[in-house]
Amino acid sequence: MKMRTALLGAACAFAFAPAAMAERGADGNVKVLYSQAVSIMNAYLSSGTKDVEVGSLVLEPLAGFDQDGNVFPRLADGLPSVENGQIAEDYTSITWKLKPGILWSDGTPFTADDVVFTAEYCMHPEGGCAQAARYEGVASVEKIDDLTVKVNFSAPKYNPFTAFVGATSPVLQKAQFANCLGAAAPTCTEANTKPHGTGPFRVTDFKVNDVVELEANPNYRDPAKPAFATMTVKGGGDAAGAARAVMETGEFDYAWNTQINPELQAQMKAGGKGTFVSAFGTLVERIEMNMTDPSPDLPEGERSTAKHPHPFLSDMRVRKALSMAIDRNLLVEVGYGEAGRATCNLVPAPAIYASDNTDCLTQDMEGAKALLEEAGWTDSDGDGVRDKDGKKLSILYQTSVNPVRQDFQALIKGWWNELGVEVELKSIDAGVYFGGDPGSPDTFQKFYADVEMYANNFDGTDPEPYVAQYTCEKAPRPETQWQGENINRFCDPAYDALVGDLLKTRETEKRAEIIKKLNDMLTKESYTVVPLVDRGRLSAHSNTLGGIVLNVWDSELWNASDWYRIK
Amino acid sequence: MTDLAIEKPRSQWADVWAQFRSHKGALIGLAVFVSLILFVFVGPLIWTKDPTFINPNAAEMIKTRNKPPSLQFPLGTDQLGRDMLARMMKGGQVSISVGLVAMLISITLGTTVGVMAGYFKRLDGPLMRLTDLFLALPLLPLLLVMVMLFRDPLSRSLGPETGTFLLIVFAIGVTSWMQAARIVRGEVLALKEREFVLAARSIGTPSRRMILRHILPNVMSPIMVAATLGIASAIITESALSFLGLGFPPDFPTWGRLLFDGVEYIQQYPARVIWPGIAISLTVLSVNYVGDGLRDALDPRIRGR
Repeated sequence: MKMRTALLGAACAFAFAPAAMAERGADGNVKVLYSQAVSIMNAYLSSGTKDVEVGSLVLEPLAGFDQDGNVFPRLADGLPSVENGQIAEDYTSITWKLKPGILWSDGTPFTADDVVFTAEYCMHPEGGCAQAARYEGVASVEKIDDLTVKVNFSAPKYNPFTAFVGATSPVLQKAQFANCLGAAAPTCTEANTKPHGTGPFRVTDFKVNDVVELEANPNYRDPAKPAFATMTVKGGGDAAGAARAVMETGEFDYAWNTQINPELQAQMKAGGKGTFVSAFGTLVERIEMNMTDPSPDLPEGERSTAKHPHPFLSDMRVRKALSMAIDRNLLVEVGYGEAGRATCNLVPAPAIYASDNTDCLTQDMEGAKALLEEAGWTDSDGDGVRDKDGKKLSILYQTSVNPVRQDFQALIKGWWNELGVEVELKSIDAGVYFGGDPGSPDTFQKFYADVEMYANNFDGTDPEPYVAQYTCEKAPRPETQWQGENINRFCDPAYDALVGDLLKTRETEKRAEIIKKLNDMLTKESYTVVPLVDRGRLSAHSNTLGGIVLNVWDSELWNASDWYRIK
Repeated sequence: MTDLAIEKPRSQWADVWAQFRSHKGALIGLAVFVSLILFVFVGPLIWTKDPTFINPNAAEMIKTRNKPPSLQFPLGTDQLGRDMLARMMKGGQVSISVGLVAMLISITLGTTVGVMAGYFKRLDGPLMRLTDLFLALPLLPLLLVMVMLFRDPLSRSLGPETGTFLLIVFAIGVTSWMQAARIVRGEVLALKEREFVLAARSIGTPSRRMILRHILPNVMSPIMVAATLGIASAIITESALSFLGLGFPPDFPTWGRLLFDGVEYIQQYPARVIWPGIAISLTVLSVNYVGDGLRDALDPRIRGR
């Protein structure tokens, strides 16, 4: 109940701020700039954040996440819970009650049929639904009456807020998409670019990969919202250009993802036309240690597989020393400024899942050196590189091409060199590195290097699938076409067992405890994953645009209906 | 009568030099190019700072970031506090070497193909179709494939730096000889019908000597022009490869990479882009002028006028 009250309070606060001048369409036009252009409005056909977020202005889910990661109802009439009986005792179903009287932007009523249809649309066996993960474990969706829908799961699902929750799983209008099922989905251009929605805006003009023109939805459920009559979402350019357009020239009111270097941030702030807003989610820039041998001398198909453990990184003391030599606060200062903070955790948020692990935040070069000595790595031939049994401590360190990552590489190489470790740097085009092509030797999954750096996060607020990625069988290997999430090839039966426990646990506190333990097993207890920086989202808005609440758990435009012009 | 002062016999190269000297642009170009070479190859012996040195002391490092020019750092420092002057020198070594070697490879290939195609009728068709084939190939994807296939084996056997150098130089060389080949072929076709060539042939000069003695010296000027332009495009191609992450390792400075690294800071620290930009432009311009002067000097019809 407490959360509910808090939420209500928050909702009221937002509702009242602009209420004084509230009248739909009173504030004219608002201009939003996305440095990646929008290509489709239907979130089910694109995994691009920009498409999902701009789509969320029009298409809404039953419930969304607020800025703290709590679920709040949008089209649903109250949140289902075990107490009110809408979530089954055994967590095998969830029943949603819909708000009565909601209309689509074309004036027809929104009913349970639309919800049932949406599930059918995304779960269609022939359709490549980009958000299928949100419908994982859903056995069926049935209509109870016009305003009640029941989602049945094939097995107990302790986090039932997946389907129809968040901007990645909005409800589509059955009447409009009826002929767009399965393989026909991408051919419905009109529906995919100008969907009828229940959100605060509707599309009036859509130019693929360029600009989307929207206007206030005349049938929006709150008659006083949105305050803006029209919205223009322009796409293209880069992060620096987008930030400049808001902060310095004032051409735009809001710019998405303005990730630029800290000095430029400071300079743009001086422009005085706008403000940067940042919020921290779960995106962590990390160094992954390869637990298997990537040596090119091994035959293809055995490189970086569990057949050959890594010659020195399989020793935890070496991994720990490498982590101790890094000054994370300096990395933040050089690379991210306001948009980052040092972290030692793989799961840095939400707060209940974040472990109190802060050991790594202070650099300890001497300790690291001592640890390597203890592990038997000494510079016996005096060439500045430590060795042991004729094997040199020499590391290939790869990442994608990105100015911040190259700065990080140079800094970390410097520290590791000081430690007596030889480092060869490699940077790979992001399209190749993250491309996942099993034929390329340069993908991050193949991991033909000793250590590699990238950032990853998890979707939504439940870290369960994320920590479950590190079980033995999820390691990428030739048999899995080099697909898999356990990039480090970490394999610990105790970890796998604990993940098994997590899947069976339903009490939030116990789950949080297990997740913290799993996080610690990967980080401070084994240094398999060496987290560096918790990267926030950084966006910019004009000083005349009010009502912005940056949300990392859902679409950034989640509360666009509350935006208003400060006069 | 006193004996007439008999003019000393002049060697051909003295003539060439005399003609070259009369071309002011070429002289200046030569001076600039030589000083650039001295700067990048001799400079590091005098200015001995390590171009990749980052101050391990975090507080010190933060203080030395993005410094303007000073006595300690004549060209300032970059975003990690590395000395720009040292980086410019080190970067120049790589860029100029890549430019020169890649140019040599592409000119040798281009001239060989061009002369063969122009001189021997039978070879003309196949060789020119081969040239067309190469011209039609999309250059960058081809380079990417080559780098992907050969970088690892080469860097394993020769070390990451030498391996990458050879690979890049070779890759740029074999993908940029086509223009030279076409120009040379055209020239050779025209020369072949000239009287002096016919005369040489009528006294039974073998093909090898015909090419080396009569044809090649006369196609020198277009080759020179192609060569000078080649250096410029090789330096720029290397930058593009570095940018895509397929060139040298990322901490290895080259002018192209310095330029790309600086682009992010162009508004705050324009010098970061200007220095490597000036260096690349100066190299390209000076080499072009030297080429221009050389072409004039090597052409006997212009010489002495």
